[in-house]
Amino acid sequence: MWRNRSLGAIFVLIITVALAQAQQPNSCVDCHSALEGELHVTQEQFAQDIHAQKGLTCASCHGGDPSKTDDSAMSKAAGFKGKIERAGVPKLCGSCHSDPAFMRQYNPSLRTDQFSQYQTSIHGKRQAAGDTKVAVCTDCHGVHDLRPASDTRSKVHPLNIATTCSRCHADAEYMATYKIPTNQFADYKTSVHHEALVERGDLSAPTCTTCHGNHGATPPGVGSVANVCSTCHVFQAQLFEASPHKAAFASAGLPGCVTCHSNHGISKPSDAMLGTSAHSVCTNCHTQGDAGYKAAGDMQQQISGLETSIVRSDRILSQAESSGMEVSQPRLELDQARDALTKARVTVHTFAAHPVRADVDSGLKITTKTYGEGEGALRERDYRRTGLGMSLVAIVFVVVALRLYIKEIEKNQ
Amino acid sequence: MAPLARVRNWLDERFGWDELLAPLRHKTVPIHRYSYWYFLGGITLFLFGVQVCTGILLLLYYRPSANEAFESVQYLMTQVKFGWLVRSVHSWAANLMILTAFLHMFSVVFLRAYRKPRELTWVSGMLLLFLAMGFGFSGYLLPWNTLAFFATKVGTDIAGQVPFVGHRTMIFLRGGEEVTGATLSRFFGFHVAVLPGLTTLLVGVHLLLIQRFGISVPARIEPEWRELPQEKREMRFFPSFLLRELMAWYIALGVLGALAAFSPWGLGTKADPFAPAPAGIKPEWYFLFMFQTLKLIPAKLGLLDGEVVGILTFSLAGLIWLLVPFLDGTKRTQRLVTGAAMFVVAYMGMMTAYGYVAK
Repeated sequence: MWRNRSLGAIFVLIITVALAQAQQPNSCVDCHSALEGELHVTQEQFAQDIHAQKGLTCASCHGGDPSKTDDSAMSKAAGFKGKIERAGVPKLCGSCHSDPAFMRQYNPSLRTDQFSQYQTSIHGKRQAAGDTKVAVCTDCHGVHDLRPASDTRSKVHPLNIATTCSRCHADAEYMATYKIPTNQFADYKTSVHHEALVERGDLSAPTCTTCHGNHGATPPGVGSVANVCSTCHVFQAQLFEASPHKAAFASAGLPGCVTCHSNHGISKPSDAMLGTSAHSVCTNCHTQGDAGYKAAGDMQQQISGLETSIVRSDRILSQAESSGMEVSQPRLELDQARDALTKARVTVHTFAAHPVRADVDSGLKITTKTYGEGEGALRERDYRRTGLGMSLVAIVFVVVALRLYIKEIEKNQ
Repeated sequence: MAPLARVRNWLDERFGWDELLAPLRHKTVPIHRYSYWYFLGGITLFLFGVQVCTGILLLLYYRPSANEAFESVQYLMTQVKFGWLVRSVHSWAANLMILTAFLHMFSVVFLRAYRKPRELTWVSGMLLLFLAMGFGFSGYLLPWNTLAFFATKVGTDIAGQVPFVGHRTMIFLRGGEEVTGATLSRFFGFHVAVLPGLTTLLVGVHLLLIQRFGISVPARIEPEWRELPQEKREMRFFPSFLLRELMAWYIALGVLGALAAFSPWGLGTKADPFAPAPAGIKPEWYFLFMFQTLKLIPAKLGLLDGEVVGILTFSLAGLIWLLVPFLDGTKRTQRLVTGAAMFVVAYMGMMTAYGYVAK
């Protein structure tokens, strides 16, 4: 009985506290929910904000006292700040987000160098110089309904970052004073990176901030492009570093990877980029007779040779498979030839024919074997069918003989 | 004296061989326009024999564990001389055996061969058909490939829906809550020991009953022969019918060989219990009409679970079907049974076809 009464009392207490919390007055939202335009903020909207969820209130940024319902709620003497000027936004956000001790209470894993990074960024530098058009924290992260970057509805979720950046960087009129191109977003949407991120949902695929940085956003210089790409394309970058192109590009003032692959509109590399045809990027610099021209032709020929050989093996194995032959083992081996082809395509970044040949040869060895196995499977199929034909002849012979024998014995009965 | 005759004499002196074979010599088979249906039972028996022989050969290489089953079948099909033939013939013969068993069963229904005194012949035959389906269900899992794994999962899930005993049955079949290596071991045990034992026993009973009661004259033919006794024709079982049956067996062997050579039974990919189920998982064709029906039944039928209603309906229908000879008394019930059989054939055919085209 006593236990039941105690449980009842605890339940009533919880309900009372919850109701008291729910009914706590917030004069900011009471008024702002009735206002229009950028001053419009509702309780529902703010409830979605990560700050509200962590227990912060309007007063945490804007000062004042939401519990008061008269003018004293916005008393400047009591610390009311009102609207935060754009110029003051980074510093205000940084007052908490740059304080490791403070942030540890909410999210110990969150970095606290955003403000210092921002100050080194092109946005931060221009903002410090008095440019009010450049991006501040709220332009990218939003305000009053700010969500963590892991939330797909967040403006800084990987799937949304490019759109967020494009709000300024694709606006030719807005960007006119900076004299920089505004086609980056349009180009990016045609790129293999965009396809991987948006169409295939691969959140590890690069978006604007992957290459340019986020809080410290700045365009990578000519010398550092290869470093940026190498964060993902490690092997290609290592081979490029050791290749003759490294020094040649540096002396010509050409950015590493971008020279052949472009930047924002980077398309899926194809073997046509290699070699000496009109579509090749090698012929942009190399001309007939030079060593690079010859190496480009050799590499292209070897790679296309391996590809043709893989297709040939695949075709014969498919033919055997469609005849019902078990060829899963050669199929598995053929995957290794495909791996060798991929490796050869990476080795192209040595810009020398010899290392590419080594990879291609290992692939060709496998395709020769798998093609032979395909041929063997087809021979076995024909052998089976011949065997069947002979068996059927024997069966027909026995059936006819039986029929004749039955006729014979029934004639005598 | 010829060597064969000497052996025969030797056996006759000791076992009374001629006396033992006497019933076979006196056994006759009616000759009429439906006689060809008589071959189906024999062909089914022949295919069962093929299953036993090829099954024993498969046992020489098959390893019943989740880690080795798939690889052992793959090895058998690619490395062992004529391993592909043995496995393909085993798989094709299994399917043909169930097909001929179904055809045999329907021929018996339409010719009303189950009527007195052959009620128990029908019951033993129906039980053999259920056992054949059990062979199919247990054997399907043994190569441990993706399709078989998920089809077994779905099949045992359905068994688990039966009220009161369903969950226990499912645990018994799976050897646990999930389809694992333990399920494979059990299915292997059922497939190579329990089911063959029961089948051999029932085949013996079935053949004994056929021998005891003779071969039925169809209900339509019987009055014709009564009216015109001169029309009644018979052939001796031994050797006339048996030699004809032998011809049918040879033809069945040719069909099996052609299927194995032109459409060897595939192996698929090894089962991965952690992979998601591939789209369009379907059971073997002889379960498809039931599977498709269960898919079409709404989740809820009033207060009852739709799937449970479906399973109970099929169980009840199976039980009624088993008891058909005991229900077939008056002219009215005879017509009802024939009508029901026609409906069942049409329903199974349509639902199986629908199951194949449906996604």
